[in-house]
Amino acid sequence: MNGHVFHPGHQALHGITVVLDTTGPVTYVGRFDTQDESGVHLLDVAVHDRSDPAASREEFLRRTLKFGVPVTRKHVVVLPGDVATLVPLSTVGG
Amino acid sequence: MPYDPRLVAPMRDEMVRMGARELKTVAEVDEALGDQKGTMLVFVNSVCGCAAGNARPALAHALKHAIRPQQVVTVFAGQDVDATARARQYFGEYQPSSPSMALLRDGEVVHFIHRHQIEGQAPQTVAANLTAAFDKFCGATV
Repeated sequence: MNGHVFHPGHQALHGITVVLDTTGPVTYVGRFDTQDESGVHLLDVAVHDRSDPAASREEFLRRTLKFGVPVTRKHVVVLPGDVATLVPLSTVGG
Repeated sequence: MPYDPRLVAPMRDEMVRMGARELKTVAEVDEALGDQKGTMLVFVNSVCGCAAGNARPALAHALKHAIRPQQVVTVFAGQDVDATARARQYFGEYQPSSPSMALLRDGEVVHFIHRHQIEGQAPQTVAANLTAAFDKFCGATV
């Protein structure tokens, strides 16, 4: 381990900024905190809705990769059955 | 709420050892970033965040590169809250994250490394990102 890190022992994605696509029209980008029986807990979250005419999901992700996560919610819990895919933001091509 | 200063002291010291100047107040930020000329790297330090443990070694590695910014300054997110908020006002469209790094040239952000570009990366990978930006935007040995 390099430097000083304060939270050992968490789930592998803990602290990683992820893209969570739901089974519905909503995509979340936020920092993965934990996953339990209640769902996936994300912190400092940006939200995109595919019905939003202002920007496509791809454009939303492209801007997020370039300019960072435009946080609108401090904490989001996505129910287990609502999670379609979950990947690190860094692996998304934008 | 900020952490106990004794806990974060090693993280501050790590920055100072690599030559970064700490900006702890709004006035210090404005003095450094207001009417900024030349090249400057602003490192937003962090306690929490699994990325911070890679970000500082990455910067230390990058600062050994022949071409580097004329100045390196740092603010500490979650610790020096007002100073950090003020520094972020100089970052234009770039969203707050910590740790993160902004390379400025004549007051304009010309390269930005977000937290999500640091998470899970080896320090050498992040350092390579930085040194590529130094080569592109700094252009002279300090």
